[in-house]
Amino acid sequence: MAVVVWIVEGTWPACVDAAGAHAPYDAEVVLLHVAPADVPGAAHGALAGLLGRGLPAPGRPGPGGPGRDPGERLEHLADASADELLAEAAARLGRPCTLDKRTGRVEREVVAAAEGADLLVVARDGDRAHLGPRSLGPPSRFVVDHAPCPLLLVWPEPAPSTSTLPPPPPPPH
Amino acid sequence: MSTAVAEALSVALLAAVLVCAVVRPRGLPEAVVAVPAAGVVVATGALSPGHAADEAARLGPVVGFLAAVLVLARLCDDDGLFAACGAWMARTAAGRPRRLLAQVFVLASAITAVLSLDATVVLLTPVVFATAARLGARPRPHVYACTHLSNAASLLLPVSNLTNLLAFAASGLSFTRFAGLMALPWLAAIAVEYAVFRRYFAVDLDAGATAPAAVAPPAVPVFALATLACTLAGFAAASAFGVDPAWAACAGASVLAVRALARRRTTPAALLRATAPPFLAFVLALGLVVRAVVDNGLGTALGRLLPTGTGLLALLGTAALAAVLANVINNLPAVLVLLPLAAPSGPAAVLAVLLGVNIGPNLTYTGSLATLLWRRVVHAHDAEVELKEFTRLGVYAVPASLGAAVLALWVSLTVIGGG
Repeated sequence: MAVVVWIVEGTWPACVDAAGAHAPYDAEVVLLHVAPADVPGAAHGALAGLLGRGLPAPGRPGPGGPGRDPGERLEHLADASADELLAEAAARLGRPCTLDKRTGRVEREVVAAAEGADLLVVARDGDRAHLGPRSLGPPSRFVVDHAPCPLLLVWPEPAPSTSTLPPPPPPPH
Repeated sequence: MSTAVAEALSVALLAAVLVCAVVRPRGLPEAVVAVPAAGVVVATGALSPGHAADEAARLGPVVGFLAAVLVLARLCDDDGLFAACGAWMARTAAGRPRRLLAQVFVLASAITAVLSLDATVVLLTPVVFATAARLGARPRPHVYACTHLSNAASLLLPVSNLTNLLAFAASGLSFTRFAGLMALPWLAAIAVEYAVFRRYFAVDLDAGATAPAAVAPPAVPVFALATLACTLAGFAAASAFGVDPAWAACAGASVLAVRALARRRTTPAALLRATAPPFLAFVLALGLVVRAVVDNGLGTALGRLLPTGTGLLALLGTAALAAVLANVINNLPAVLVLLPLAAPSGPAAVLAVLLGVNIGPNLTYTGSLATLLWRRVVHAHDAEVELKEFTRLGVYAVPASLGAAVLALWVSLTVIGGG
């Protein structure tokens, strides 16, 4: 059995715990982190908007060496931070697992990584104070809609009790 | 040369300068095309020597001011100012992304205002990303905040943005009056951006942060901060005594430079590189070419488009036109074209132009459609930003912050007076 655990900043410990609790011990666990490409992209773009600064042209390495383009520095930092996050997650899981580090459009990379898996573990995100119909952010919503395998959706913290249910709608007249 | 021919030549040269600045053939500095183009407009008489001298005399101090601010920012970075900002944020955010976002807003607004938008884009953004990663928070809202604030928070002081330096020279305002009139619009634009960001990135901010913030207290670069404070006081003092505030910036940069040289933390060559001589040459040359275009007919054509008067509606119209023009090409040529047209209407119109050209570029993530299209053509950093996504953020943020800023400017002008 192959279990893919989607590791996202902020909510990942719950996913790792759920995988530990629900995946059979002989399951092949993959810890997946996707770094959004648009974040360094926004920094590249902000630099490109500064006309005349003699900064690297699009698609060319900068003459000033590494560190001049904040987008490049962000790419390096993102890579290092993904390594750290996955190492922390693996330590928390405490059993053999594979690490999968990707960059791109997050929701599409997650769906692609889940291809052929038997279970995908995803954390609920969105507003935790107001429980309601819009409980997932757009990327999580996309993954839930397009996952090619069964999906385990977990709360990032202990799930709220049923007393938080809104009152039922009034009966029709 | 007839006016029509001169105008055609000037427009063609301006187009060549701008295309090369965006496309950067062979990665050559932008000045390589801009400086000869400026030489041609003067040599052919498209720009009279008198006007050329005028323009050079007007831009000279601006360029010097700019060089001083660039050096100041670089030396503050060498002194550890930006690293200290990161350590402070990590320590006091207490693992709460919303608090981190507020801190990023405070720091990015202050740094953009004092050390210019280049410092925020190049020096602060990586520090902000590293801080978010260190806290285990999602980095997107905080990085996007840096990119948006580098534009929207560059309203306060003449040194915050090159566009401001150009407008400051044209407006005839004193340094303190400029800052006084722009303080309210600056705060209004930042407040609107903050409200938009809190809502737009609610999911990422709600996700929380996981890492314990075991961060050593930051080593505060007291000397650099004290020098910056004295430089700011120097700006106010210089304008009170009728001295060009560029001298205060030069003094601040010199103090830090001498100290760094004495401690062998920098070299004269590195200091010269920090002033970015090709950039300074580009600004001067672009100014001359644009002056030729404006003198030979564009001025009268656009002059009809620009609203006259200083009522709220006229200010809104001026700011909107400036924002559109900045979005089509870039805000640097846009402000050069609009300034000579707005200046006769007085400082109110000049400041409205500034609001437009400074806030407007947040609509696209590269500051203008020309840069955006070219980056798409060469596939630089494939699919880096989902255009729809960033533009949606811009569509929420730009009209609202521009509207609020213009309203705030109108209030400031009514209370303080534009004199």
